[in-house]
Amino acid sequence: MTEAAPERPKLSVRGLDFYYGEHQALFDNTIDIAPAKVTAVIGPSGCGKSTHIRVFNRIFELYRDQRATGQVLLDGQDILAPAFDLIELRRRVGMIFQKPTPFPMSVFENLAYGIRLHYRPTRSELHGRVEAALKAAALWDEVKDQMQRPGTALSGGQQQRLCIARAIAVEPDVLLMDEPTSAIDPVATARIEDLVVSLKERYTIVIVTHNMQQAARISDFTAFFYQGRIIELGTTEQVFTAPRERRTEDYITGRFG
Amino acid sequence: MRSVPPARRGDRAFRLLAAGSAGTVLLLMAGLFVALGAGAWPAVRRFGVGFVVSNTWNPVTERFGALSSIYGTLVSTLLALLIAVPLSVIIALFLVELAHPTVARVVGGAIELLAAVPSIIFGMWGLFVFAPYMADHVQPALSKTLGFLPLFTGPPLGIGMLSAGVILALMILPFVTAVMRDVFRMVPAVVKEAAYGMGSTTWEVTRGVTVRYGAAGMIGAVFLGLGRAVGETMAVTFVIGNDHAVSASLFAAGNSIASTLANEFTEAAEPLYRSCLVYLGLVLLVLTVAIQAAAQLWLRRILRRMGRSG
Ligand SMILES: Nc1ncnc2c1ncn2[C@@H]1O[C@H](COP(=O)(O)OP(=O)(O)OP(=O)(O)O)[C@@H](O)[C@H]1O
Ligand SMILES: [Mg+2]
Repeated sequence: MTEAAPERPKLSVRGLDFYYGEHQALFDNTIDIAPAKVTAVIGPSGCGKSTHIRVFNRIFELYRDQRATGQVLLDGQDILAPAFDLIELRRRVGMIFQKPTPFPMSVFENLAYGIRLHYRPTRSELHGRVEAALKAAALWDEVKDQMQRPGTALSGGQQQRLCIARAIAVEPDVLLMDEPTSAIDPVATARIEDLVVSLKERYTIVIVTHNMQQAARISDFTAFFYQGRIIELGTTEQVFTAPRERRTEDYITGRFG
Repeated sequence: MRSVPPARRGDRAFRLLAAGSAGTVLLLMAGLFVALGAGAWPAVRRFGVGFVVSNTWNPVTERFGALSSIYGTLVSTLLALLIAVPLSVIIALFLVELAHPTVARVVGGAIELLAAVPSIIFGMWGLFVFAPYMADHVQPALSKTLGFLPLFTGPPLGIGMLSAGVILALMILPFVTAVMRDVFRMVPAVVKEAAYGMGSTTWEVTRGVTVRYGAAGMIGAVFLGLGRAVGETMAVTFVIGNDHAVSASLFAAGNSIASTLANEFTEAAEPLYRSCLVYLGLVLLVLTVAIQAAAQLWLRRILRRMGRSG
């Protein structure tokens, strides 16, 4: 596994167990996520992909019966430690969901929302950051004349890029994406895939996907999950061409899943 | 001849029955308007639309005007909304966003029970417990602190517009809260997660996302409360004081359309007097039907739209 991530990992997970009440969903997971790379998480439905990435921003803590134990180090610091600043964690680790989640406010306010949460920008700084984030998310040209329209009035693909822009507006280190294109048409999907590739210079990206071609196209590393365990992590090329594990091969070749 | 199988015959009979029952509701509604219109006709002919802006109410000289009743209805309703709406928003947000599920269930159940309390109970409680308390404690305190406002002047009788407003507020609180709660529950969990995921606190999510998301539905809830408060009779009749007076002071006695009707129908022997009361009833009916219709349409539209985007 270490050969897959030669630099110091951005995220390093050690012995992670996860419980929904009594039900254990992750078993003693250990994985390193390389910085400034795209890591794809694949595996059959219900194997714990979403559960796993939802630990990285501790969003699971919204629900009383959900519990994670073990270590998750972000740049060497344990984010599961109670002392870790949750607000700062969520600034540094952004999340994109399967369905676009624009807030019920204008395009501009959607972007300004997070910036105002974490910074005290002047008016012109705010506008500058909003524009920069929209440009980085390849959305600026389409919305620059509609900044006051409701975010929900954009097309599905635009809404998803709006959410990506909103996440990068607060200057995170890591972007978590949980099947970000599964609710979006093929053309819009291609745009988001291009976007993901262009973003990896600056951000560490973890993307859950059911689409093998997508994983192969855009990711540098691939992790295969099965029944709450990480079966295999390697470069995407290695995992797709020469999987070490039988179950990985079966899954990739479509023999189950 | 074509024979209809028995099962299908049953179907058809049921459909007829159902359609008939539904039609009856419409007929009933139409009949209500027609009957009230006919009953009010003598008064309408005599006083015309001026009825609703005139403030004399003298059965002896047979001069009638509905102004104080309409004014009292509006003021007591407005007071009730001013008190009940902020409270219900807070309670609903607490139930949806903050409360432990068990607490939310228990409090939610209590609120539904409160909605089932007959209004006469509120009226009796208002007259025997609440009004004296107002007279002894609340009103003196209000005159002392805010007495420079005309709203809080005059003798602290307990009974009057203010007490009517508070009692009404308690009565509509459960309904408004229940709708607000449903509105806030409709906010998709994933949108809230996205807001938390940006690093928002609970308060920031509530204010920035939940309330905005629910804004339109909240207006519907307010309409619903409004509709109930406008027509409420028993509780108001007990505590409003029943005086045909338009007063700037909330301590003063007043009346509402419903309380006037409840109080005076038995005394109204003269045909014109009676007709005027029916006219008043017609005004109330039009008012409540309009408010209810607006509320229903609005709420339905909002909930449908939220369901689709969520
Ligand atoms: N809120 C929950 N409460 C209880 N169990 C849950 C909950 N969410 C997920 N699980 C369980 O945890 C396991 C992992 O679920 P998870 O959603 O992480 O899978 P996934 O790999 O993301 O699946 P999919 O590809 O369908 O999104 C499953 O067995 C699922 O039933
Ligand atoms: Mg999932």
